[in-house]
Amino acid sequence: MSGEALRLAGATAKRGSRAVWSGVDIGVAEGEFVAILGPNGSGKSTLLHVLLGLLPLSEGTATVLGGPPGAANSRIGYLPQRRSFEEGTRVRGIDLVRLGLDGDRWGFPLPAALSRNGRATARRVEEAIELVGAGAYASRSIGALSGGEQQRLLIAQALVRRPRLLLLDEPLDSLDLSNQSGVAALVQQICASQGVTVLLVAHDVNPILPYLDRVVYFAAGGGVEGSPREVITGPTLSRLYGVPVEVLEASDGRLVVVGTPEPPSHHHPRHGHDH
Amino acid sequence: MTTELAGVSWDLVGDLEQLTEFPFMVQALEAGTIVAVLAGVIGWFMVLRREAFAGHTLSVIAFPGAAGATLAGLPLAFGYFGACAAGAVALAAVSHPAAGARRGGESAAIGAVQAFGLGLGFLFVTLYGGQLGEIESLLFGTFLGITAAQVQTLLWVAVIALATLATIGRPLLFVSVDGAVARAAGVPVGLLSLVFLLLLGLAVAATAQIVGALLVFALLVTPAATAQQITARPARGLALSIALALLVTWLGLGIAYFSPYPVGFWVTSLSFGVYVGVRLVLSLLGRRAEPLGAPA
Repeated sequence: MSGEALRLAGATAKRGSRAVWSGVDIGVAEGEFVAILGPNGSGKSTLLHVLLGLLPLSEGTATVLGGPPGAANSRIGYLPQRRSFEEGTRVRGIDLVRLGLDGDRWGFPLPAALSRNGRATARRVEEAIELVGAGAYASRSIGALSGGEQQRLLIAQALVRRPRLLLLDEPLDSLDLSNQSGVAALVQQICASQGVTVLLVAHDVNPILPYLDRVVYFAAGGGVEGSPREVITGPTLSRLYGVPVEVLEASDGRLVVVGTPEPPSHHHPRHGHDH
Repeated sequence: MTTELAGVSWDLVGDLEQLTEFPFMVQALEAGTIVAVLAGVIGWFMVLRREAFAGHTLSVIAFPGAAGATLAGLPLAFGYFGACAAGAVALAAVSHPAAGARRGGESAAIGAVQAFGLGLGFLFVTLYGGQLGEIESLLFGTFLGITAAQVQTLLWVAVIALATLATIGRPLLFVSVDGAVARAAGVPVGLLSLVFLLLLGLAVAATAQIVGALLVFALLVTPAATAQQITARPARGLALSIALALLVTWLGLGIAYFSPYPVGFWVTSLSFGVYVGVRLVLSLLGRRAEPLGAPA
C-alpha cells in the first residue's frame, strides 16, 4: 500500500461549545474498509464532517489524502446520512448519479447526447451504475425505488468520480437485513477491486463484521481504533465508556454489547433513527 | 371583453385572422407567450424544489406591491418587481437551504409573511379609494390591457431570468435534489437558493401582471406539476412544462376572445383540466411511478 489515506492526531471536535470527542488519534491506510461505530450522538457523522472540511477541528491536526481537510474533496465520494427520497421526487436515478459527476459545474443540464463531453459522461455514469448492479432500475424515478435500490444508486453517485476515499454515513440505515449484508458485500467488493479507502458509519457492526479491516469506536467523548476483534471487546469498551461493559458472542458469531450507559439499541439489528 | 366582435366560426384560419386583427390581442399573445415560457421553466424548478408555497407567497406579496405602486403613482411593473424581489430576499432569510429538501418548519414563517402582505395590499387599495375594478385587475390580471412597452419589459425580464438559469441550472438541480452532497462538493447552496428565489420573484411578478396575483399558479405550478407527473427526465420535463404553459395560455386567450368570460378563468381551467386529466390517465395506466420511455 502506498500510504495513509487519513490521519487524525490529538483531534478535538466541537459543536458549539460542546466537545463531541477529544484526544482522538486515528490512522487509516489506503484501501482499508473501516467501520465507524458508536452510540447515537457520539460523533460518528462529526468525524465525516471534519474529514470533508465542513467542520474545523478545535484542537489537533487532520490529514486527508495528503492534504488538509476540504482540499481533496473532489477525490472523496460522500454519502450523507438520510432516510430516503420522498416518493414524489421526480428525478431518475441516472440523473442523480450524473449530478455526482458534474453537478457542481456551472451551466445547464443538457441531455448527454447534446453536451460536449456527453459520451464520456454517459459512459462513466453507466459504469458506476453497473458497478453497484443498479442497471435494471436506474432509469426510474428515484422516489419510486425501494430503500435498498436508492442506497445502491447513491453509492454509485459517490463512486462516479472514481474517488480515492469513500465516506458513507449510515448507508445501511433503513435497509432490511438481507439488503444490509448485500450492500456491505458490495462496498467491500468496491473497496477491494477499485482500491478505494472506505469509511462507513454504522449503527450495528454485525452485518458488516465479516468484511471489515478495522473499526473506529466512538463513545463517551473519546474514540479508539483497531481491528474489530481488538476494539469490540469488554476491556477496550469498558475503558472507553468508563464503566464495565461486556461483549457477548452469539453462537452465529454476532456480537452483542451489554452494559453501556446509553440505551443498548445501537448494537441491535433493528434500530430507529439517529438524532 | 367590451368590443362587439363576430362570434367563433368553424373557419380556423378566419378565426385566427380575426384574433390577430387588433393590436391589443397581438400584444396579449406576445406577453402570454413570454410569460408562459418563463413560468414553464421557473415553475419546473419550483415544483422540483417543493417551493410552491414560497411561490404562492411571492404572488400574494405581488398584490400589495402593485397596490402600493398605484397608490404612490408609480408604474405597476415597478410595484410588482420591487415587492417580489423584497419578498424573495425575505423568504431566503427565513428558509434553511442546508437541509436540501424543504422542511415544513419554515412554512409557518412564510405564512406569516404572506398574511401580512395580503393585509398591506388591502390597506393600500383602501387608501387609494377602493375602486373595485382596480383590485380585481390586480388580483385577476389585465390580460387584454397589455401595452407594447409592457411586452418589451417582459421580454427583457424573461431573457435575463432564463440566461441566469442557464448559467446556474446544473448546480441548482444538484442542490434541489441532493443538498447535502452538493454542499460537500463545494456548491454554494445558500447563494443558489437566494438566486433561485429572486428568479422565482421575477417570474411571479411577470406572470402576475398578466393573469393577476391570485392566478399566477395556473402558469407557474400546474404545467410544471403536470410535466413532472408525465416524465422524470429533466430535459423532457422542462420542454413539456413550457409546451403546456404555452398551450393553456394560447387556448385561454383564444377562447376568452370569443366568449364573455375572463381570460384568467380560461387559463386556470384549462391548466387544471390538463393536470387532472393527466393524473387520471396515469393512474388508470398504473404507471405513475414510471417515466415515459424508461431506458435511456
